[in-house]
Amino acid sequence: MLKTVISYPHMGNYAAVFERLFAQLFPRAEVRSPPPITQRTLELGGRHSPDFVCAPFKYNVGNYIEALEAGANLLFQTGTGCRYGHYGELQEQILRDLGYDFRFACLSRENSRPSAALRTLHAAGCQLPAHKIAAALYLALLSIRGLDEMEFWMRENIGFAQSSDRIMAIHRAFLHKVRQADSAAQMMRAIESGRCAMQAIKLDKPEHPLRVGVVGELYTLMEPFSNFNLERQLASDGISVSRAMGIWFLLFGRSDARSLQEGGGYLRYPVGANGVDSVAQSLSYARRGYDGILHLKSFGCIPELNAGPALRALSKREGIPILQMSFDTHSGEVGAATRLEAFVDMIRMRKGA
Amino acid sequence: MTIGLPRALAYHRYGVLWETFFKALGGRVVVSPESDPILIAKGESLADSECCLPVKAYLGHLDRLVGNCDYILAPRFERIGKNDEFCVRFWGLSDLARGTFPGVRILSYNLKSHRPDSEVSGFMKMGKTLGKSQIAVLAAYKKAKQAQLTADTRAGVNQRLLLDSPAIKVLVAAPPYILRDPAMGGTLLRLLAREGVTPIFPEACGRAGCRRASKATSQSLYWVMNKEAIGAIELLRPRVDGVILVSAFPCGTDSLVNELVLRREKRLPVIQIILDGQEGEAGLQTRVECFADILKERRRGYA
Repeated sequence: MLKTVISYPHMGNYAAVFERLFAQLFPRAEVRSPPPITQRTLELGGRHSPDFVCAPFKYNVGNYIEALEAGANLLFQTGTGCRYGHYGELQEQILRDLGYDFRFACLSRENSRPSAALRTLHAAGCQLPAHKIAAALYLALLSIRGLDEMEFWMRENIGFAQSSDRIMAIHRAFLHKVRQADSAAQMMRAIESGRCAMQAIKLDKPEHPLRVGVVGELYTLMEPFSNFNLERQLASDGISVSRAMGIWFLLFGRSDARSLQEGGGYLRYPVGANGVDSVAQSLSYARRGYDGILHLKSFGCIPELNAGPALRALSKREGIPILQMSFDTHSGEVGAATRLEAFVDMIRMRKGA
Repeated sequence: MTIGLPRALAYHRYGVLWETFFKALGGRVVVSPESDPILIAKGESLADSECCLPVKAYLGHLDRLVGNCDYILAPRFERIGKNDEFCVRFWGLSDLARGTFPGVRILSYNLKSHRPDSEVSGFMKMGKTLGKSQIAVLAAYKKAKQAQLTADTRAGVNQRLLLDSPAIKVLVAAPPYILRDPAMGGTLLRLLAREGVTPIFPEACGRAGCRRASKATSQSLYWVMNKEAIGAIELLRPRVDGVILVSAFPCGTDSLVNELVLRREKRLPVIQIILDGQEGEAGLQTRVECFADILKERRRGYA
């Protein structure tokens, strides 16, 4: 029988977590993350996707094609929220029309409920008893929390480190441990040692550094390739970057009701996906005295567009500059960098004044 | 008391319900005029540039109502069933209206469940805002609901009558807010008529029937409007000559659903037409003529 080779789309550094999770769930299969996202990924995805579908769809398709080319034959997808819930069905159709032979396990919407997800996993060939599946999931969640915590700290501080190479090395070592971890205890030790190593880094942080909050649509925030690595550009300008978005936040940190309550009345109802979160987080950054907010999204992202008037009102009333940027598969990198530079100059002058 | 209704988006689904309800409560109802290029241009200037054309039109309609009424109706529509959701656009309409026209008095209700009480309680609250007694509001709602039902049935019957015509028939699979808007679907319908093609609207099959039938094309689809637009393909397959999928740029749900239809519909000829409010009529005319020619040739071939 053909060996099962599992793959899934990229998003930020989470592939490390998925790699470990699927290796545990399918001990007899091979787990192969797609090749890192490159311009080619994007071109493949863009060519085979509908024109004005949101950009994450195109990235996913590109990842899948490159994974299939590399020999994958079991692809995973999930889906909730706005359009993401319907990604899987069309992506599977597109890949089949391209002539690839593969199995597609889609844990979207109702299929992401535990009982349905368990059925899908069994159908895909996972023969572990429920408690082992639970243990693997627990380890994955722990890794996600550790990774999110570490990267949150990095965004805030890497711009002030004497040696950012050292930080990147600690980060790489941590990702390596995520890929190898066998037990929750081991993972907790890895998180603790990562935390200690980061704390030991020497920082040249001014008393009141420029601070920018990043809000918006989840994929564009979490996949640096899709936003031209704006966070790194900010950090290299000596700016402390804060972003709450991460998988841990999506799973356990957010609630429409709370975001509406903390949103200062700028929105009255949930507007889909992370629209209310963007408003609530922006307000929180404004109240904590941040110097500016970046609102990032993929082109045509409806929930974030729904939040648009609220964010503009918030920017005016709370007196905080908000830069909104949209990304698609063919936005020019130089244009984005220039806009960001201008924004940074502006908030720096505002702070100086 | 004057209530303004924007003639856009959900008006083409719930318009009779709204008009009857507010009139039964003794209000005066103003409906914004039919869309025209100036109204759409105004909407475009008010909206985020990335918004879809129907939302830009919606803002244009709201703009026409501002100053001409005491309240403007801008409800929020989330879902009418567990797996029957509105596009997320409709989730944000109420906030969009409030945010774009601060200071304007907005009447709103929140349709967020398939249980009838979701709509009823919304209407009761609106009645309370207008200072009407609960009994009067409930009676008005009942009357309005009945009127909407009658209007929907009549529209369905009229469409079904068209199915008996011997002319070339095309199912125009699109939501009513595109088809019934002269500035969007109007041009297309005129061009079809010129080619002697009879357009059939999905409402010929009834909404619930369409939603069930959409499973044949897409199992996991959960958007009400898309289900209703494409479900009719399955039901009308033996009775129409072709399908035109009409979408407004850059419609989020259509971007996925229409692509799926184009890839999965193997028996009927299908084209997709995307309206962006900028298209010259010549381009559209060429595509319509071409498609009509294909359909005519197919008929001759099978005769």
